[in-house]
Amino acid sequence: MKCVTCRGPAVIDIRRQNANYCVEHFFEQCRRQVVKAIDEWKMIERSDRVLVAVSGGKDSLAIWDLLIELGYQADGFYVGLGIGDYSDVSHAHAAAFAESRGLKLLTVDLPSEYGYDIPSGSRAARRAPCSACGLSKRHLFDAAALDGGYDVLVTGHNLDDEAAVLFGNTLHWHTEYLGRQLPVLPARDGFPKKAKPLVRLTERETAAYCLLRGIDYLVDECPMAVGNRHLSYKEALNDIEVKSPGAKHSFYFGFLDRASALFVPEAEDDRDGLQPCLTCGAPTPSEVCAFCRLVDRAGGHQPEPVPVELGSTRTRSTP
Amino acid sequence: MKVILRNPRRELEITGPRTVINLLASLDLNREAHLVMRDGELIPGDAALNDSDVIEVRPVISGGFR
Repeated sequence: MKCVTCRGPAVIDIRRQNANYCVEHFFEQCRRQVVKAIDEWKMIERSDRVLVAVSGGKDSLAIWDLLIELGYQADGFYVGLGIGDYSDVSHAHAAAFAESRGLKLLTVDLPSEYGYDIPSGSRAARRAPCSACGLSKRHLFDAAALDGGYDVLVTGHNLDDEAAVLFGNTLHWHTEYLGRQLPVLPARDGFPKKAKPLVRLTERETAAYCLLRGIDYLVDECPMAVGNRHLSYKEALNDIEVKSPGAKHSFYFGFLDRASALFVPEAEDDRDGLQPCLTCGAPTPSEVCAFCRLVDRAGGHQPEPVPVELGSTRTRSTP
Repeated sequence: MKVILRNPRRELEITGPRTVINLLASLDLNREAHLVMRDGELIPGDAALNDSDVIEVRPVISGGFR
């Protein structure tokens, strides 16, 4: 295979574009897609202070790297979830990336600062682990962006993530969520501006970007996420993508172009009924927000052993 | 060739020669969900693999509820 731009040896084929790229022109292609997303949806201004939600995985490290390469001022924010070795290793990847580039990484640790970890806390609160994790991260990301005076909160959601969420929301007709599934959400009372500059890249491309840039990311999947519905939606969409290259792109961007506006009024109605949480002040439809209720129910429980498998020889439970 | 798989990590012996596309098909792995490396270097779908190669097949799908 030859690079579509320079005809040199290609290192990656991207079937939905019917194109192959050498290393240099693959980087150029990734930067071009991120710039296009930022410009099209007015995600980030040149003078903005950006906070990147960083997990230590490929997507968050790729977008942090790309934003810095493109000249933006971007700090990182990491949430320690208390998922045994998995969290220790993911933090190490995020910290090493920041240190190697002289970047600022802010960190919040759930067990030491809020008294719970995701495995035991989700069980105590009778929530699915991925639900407790998502709720905790969203709340802490918003708070960190607002408290730190950042203009934009950036997350590493890619095309596969967005197509899979859209697939799930459409499959179950969660119309109240469809109106919020946009690449950028403006700042509102109690919420920071949020942007997803990777929506034009697949996770195969973000992984390739990290490999070729020499970014050492956490390859292992979260042990709590194995078998969840989100992953099964991604698999289903990739089965379609193999037979019909470009299907994920046309599904998601077709929704944005032709359907998303239909669902915005319902999402706006949901947000109009919000009031400050009596405990923390975050916007909530209840007296106390879901995060503070989670902290109340989950805090103070003993850590729960989680089977964690990292690499070929390290299979063990967390203490 | 030696083929290293991840999540969970395991190793297989596969006979060559074959292409990357053919290797993934023979392992019933989706091309959209994996990258293939030889000696740590990313290689495209038509790259020819031989018996002496050490190949890593890396899954790229990740994420819980985000």
